[in-house]
Amino acid sequence: MKYVRTHLFALAAATAVMTIGHSAIADELSIMASGGAWQDAQRKAWFEPFGKETGAKILEQEYLGDLGKVKAMVETGNVPIDLVTVETATVLQGCDAGILERLDYSKIAPRDKFIEGSALDCGVGLDAYGDILAYDPTVLKEAPTSVLDLFDTTKFPGKRAMRKFPAQNLEWALMADGVAPADIYKVLATPEGVERAFKKLDTIKKDIVWWDAGAQPAQLLASKEVVMTTAWNGRIQNAIDTDGKPFKIVWNNQILEYDMIAIPKGAKSPDLAYKYLAFISDPKNNAKLASYITYGPVRTDAASFVAADALPKLPNAPDHLSGGYLVADTEFWGDYGEDLVKRFNAWLAQ
Amino acid sequence: MSALQPSEVDRPALARGRSAAADADRKSVSAALRRAEFGDRLRSLLLAAPLLVLLALSFGIPIVLLLSRAVYDPTIADALPRTAAALSGWNGQGLPADDAFTALASDLKDDQVKGTAYELAKSLNARLPGARSQVLKTVRKLGDDSGQPPLEIMKSVPFWSAPSTWPAIQNGTRSFTSFYLLSALDLRWNTDGGIERVPPEQAIFVQVFLRTFLVAAAVTLATLILGFPLAYLIANLPKGPAAVLIVAVLLPFWTSILVRTAAWTVLLQKFGLVNDLLLWVGVASDRLDLMYSRMGLIIAMTHIQLPFTLLPIYSVMRTIQPSQMKAAYSLGARPFTAFRRIYLPQVFPGVMAGCLLTFILCLGYYITPALIGGASDQLISNFIANYVNVELNWEMAAALSFILLVFTLALFGIFARILGLDRLKLV
Amino acid sequence: MLLSPYPTTGDRIRVTLLWIWCGLVILFLLVPILIPVPLSFNSGAFFIFPLEGLSTRWYEVVLGTQRWQSAIGNSLIVAFGTTLIATTLGTLTAIALSDEKFPGRRIVMPLLLSPLIVPVVITAVGSYLFYARVGLASSYAGIILAHTALASPFVVVTVGASLTGFDRNLMRAAAISGAKPVTAFFRVMLPLILPGVLSGAAFAFVTSFDEVVVVQFLASASQRTMPLEMFIGLREKLSPAITAAATLMMALSIVLLVVANLLARRGLKQPGAA
Repeated sequence: MKYVRTHLFALAAATAVMTIGHSAIADELSIMASGGAWQDAQRKAWFEPFGKETGAKILEQEYLGDLGKVKAMVETGNVPIDLVTVETATVLQGCDAGILERLDYSKIAPRDKFIEGSALDCGVGLDAYGDILAYDPTVLKEAPTSVLDLFDTTKFPGKRAMRKFPAQNLEWALMADGVAPADIYKVLATPEGVERAFKKLDTIKKDIVWWDAGAQPAQLLASKEVVMTTAWNGRIQNAIDTDGKPFKIVWNNQILEYDMIAIPKGAKSPDLAYKYLAFISDPKNNAKLASYITYGPVRTDAASFVAADALPKLPNAPDHLSGGYLVADTEFWGDYGEDLVKRFNAWLAQ
Repeated sequence: MSALQPSEVDRPALARGRSAAADADRKSVSAALRRAEFGDRLRSLLLAAPLLVLLALSFGIPIVLLLSRAVYDPTIADALPRTAAALSGWNGQGLPADDAFTALASDLKDDQVKGTAYELAKSLNARLPGARSQVLKTVRKLGDDSGQPPLEIMKSVPFWSAPSTWPAIQNGTRSFTSFYLLSALDLRWNTDGGIERVPPEQAIFVQVFLRTFLVAAAVTLATLILGFPLAYLIANLPKGPAAVLIVAVLLPFWTSILVRTAAWTVLLQKFGLVNDLLLWVGVASDRLDLMYSRMGLIIAMTHIQLPFTLLPIYSVMRTIQPSQMKAAYSLGARPFTAFRRIYLPQVFPGVMAGCLLTFILCLGYYITPALIGGASDQLISNFIANYVNVELNWEMAAALSFILLVFTLALFGIFARILGLDRLKLV
Repeated sequence: MLLSPYPTTGDRIRVTLLWIWCGLVILFLLVPILIPVPLSFNSGAFFIFPLEGLSTRWYEVVLGTQRWQSAIGNSLIVAFGTTLIATTLGTLTAIALSDEKFPGRRIVMPLLLSPLIVPVVITAVGSYLFYARVGLASSYAGIILAHTALASPFVVVTVGASLTGFDRNLMRAAAISGAKPVTAFFRVMLPLILPGVLSGAAFAFVTSFDEVVVVQFLASASQRTMPLEMFIGLREKLSPAITAAATLMMALSIVLLVVANLLARRGLKQPGAA
């Protein structure tokens, strides 16, 4: 029966192609993601079940995580993708530049059911990840207890790796300088606060190795190039679980962030794209991803659906939130991101 | 043709008209020459035409279209038509009259309806730091329908009465702009209509341009020092051994730049092979930080570029007849003299071609600096890529590329003049 | 001709020094590209020595998956297409430009070089915006066209350099002897400038084969090339799979170069062959 149905379906799709032309295939959903283990996890948790449920064919595309190509697609009106997975900062950029669709949450899920900051105008959260500190206990005899130990070069001498980006680093710098987590963004919104954060970073500037790609922190630790590094928790967990590395994660003072998914302007099957967004925003489905990769759900009511063995490794597991953490303020970065990036690049170059 | 047949003319007449005939003679010869030359030129043009046409279509048009964004950015003008009209008579001093505020308010309201408010905010923010949040805040207030007159709302946001705001808006409402080109040189318009340097904490590009040219020059020199002797050796070896060495030179070529860059990280890292070797030999007493340093970057780039410098030199060396050197020796020239006087001048075009390729290619590096260079070793292309892909500020990317193109071509022109490349048929 | 016919001790020392220097340069060239070979047999997932163990798992990834196979195929299609067009047209243009009478030579040459100067990201975006409008985006033709723009300057420069040593009188002599221009080109000019043409072709091939930025913009999933595949891998993890791919490419190129060399020698031995 199923066999017959898929064939009928294929026939129908083929007819649609012939009659309407390829631009109007309603049953194909083209998703652009950034590849690797994360995309594999999404395939198992969402692509395949969604395909089964709706009969839609998911076409997967990879990109190198940059919005430039999406902007080029939108400008030329030739948009072969329906959904794109992106970072929060990228959603804000794309939203302002008018290349991402403003989402209609009535077609997805109630907006207030998402963790604060994970439901944006142009992108909806896929999962939560932590910006954490990782180290190799076979190299570092004394264990760091907080991400802020980055700034303690007397107790932890040696190179440390940080992401070549102002977000998170400025927040941590202020925290290390004694600003309470609740006040971080208030302070950072003032010129004096920015000055203070850069002053703090200045104290360790010569000890910092900057990383760009998400794969670098684990490599830097494995090659002993650095004694500690900031990282996305999933990458380090992956090195521990699948590559047998002895790395340890420090969760105290982690910064929580969200991966996002968005619809480019001019996408060919927006209705199906909305269906997909509604599908993954369902609390049960939302919790499923955690079974395949150590990123947590973004629905407030999804925690109870997370598989029991997956929970302890998630950034938003209760244990990992007890030692102080900060939720990245997407609105702040939307307003000040561009200026701070510019300032940061100038600071780096000096 | 008749002028070429003097027999038809009687001698006295010829004597009288000698100079005239000679003149006519010269004229017709030069006409024939011109005709031949014209044919030659036409043939050359036809030979070059396919590539020139192809390049014009596949490269010229796309690049001109994109680079024109450096000077043409209608975002603000499109979003603020009334404001532009209201500001047309403003002298740029102090604050404009109230009708400019009202015009801006109604423009902003329209933009929110059309959905262009965010693009405006982003575009204005590039010129006026902090403008984004102010624009959006004002737009929200204007849309609130609180009954407050628009002019009052505008006056209630201090940002719109700040001294730097209105000159920036007026500047932005001109679709043709020098803003991005000036920014690419760390310059800006000041409120008096003059050009000034941007404050030092924002000034990066001049420094990065200089760094890019310096790194490119260092790498070019290094490849020449390493490559020239090797090219000479290969060109003068018998076929068999030469083929083996050529394979050794070509092999790295077949290995992806990405893989070679990754290999260099393995070699240069703190516990990598180079440091192991240095310690073992005893040259260094402690492990050096070669990764994320200028030195490491130049080493890796030299490795990647070496074949590009070497091969053109080698291919020119191959065309030099050994008999010329033999002739020089038999005329009593010492080997060094023969090399300097006979060999070098002939190899020079190859050296220039190789160095030119390497120098120019180095200007475009960004994967290797990103992975091997430290924060202060990023080259101009890293910034351009960042503007294209991350900040989505294609105007700035176009401006930086344009400046790079102009600098490079100018440098090229100066060198061509100084070295007389013209005569060497290279240019 | 390394030594003059009557070498002195000084000459011998100079030649020995030359050999030592060149030996070091060869070492510098080869060591970094040999590094990936042992790493490709690493059972661990990181780029570090000592190896954690030996395994062929990365070769299974590269050879066993359809993604990598089609990526290798795509790379070859694009690179060969680019090399063919760029070398042919570039050589013709270089010949035309080497003629001093070529109108506007001083302007044309820098313009020809500009594809090398303009940062490749800009070329990529520009080509995408334009090609998408004329229906060339997401096609082999589009990628080959864009790559030809990037590759042809190499051919023009290298062929141009070897033409400086070419005596044009040879062509006149051929013409006087009754050779048609095309015959004269193939029998007189081409053999003499062949090293330049071949290095130009090698540059063109490599330029296209190793190019990732333009491909990233212009290729859809079905034109994904090997460097793009490597880059996707790099973002996620510095997977030793790319070292396995590199080792395979190296082995393949050694085989090709050896075969080409053997063929060339056989060709030389045949009577009548030039």
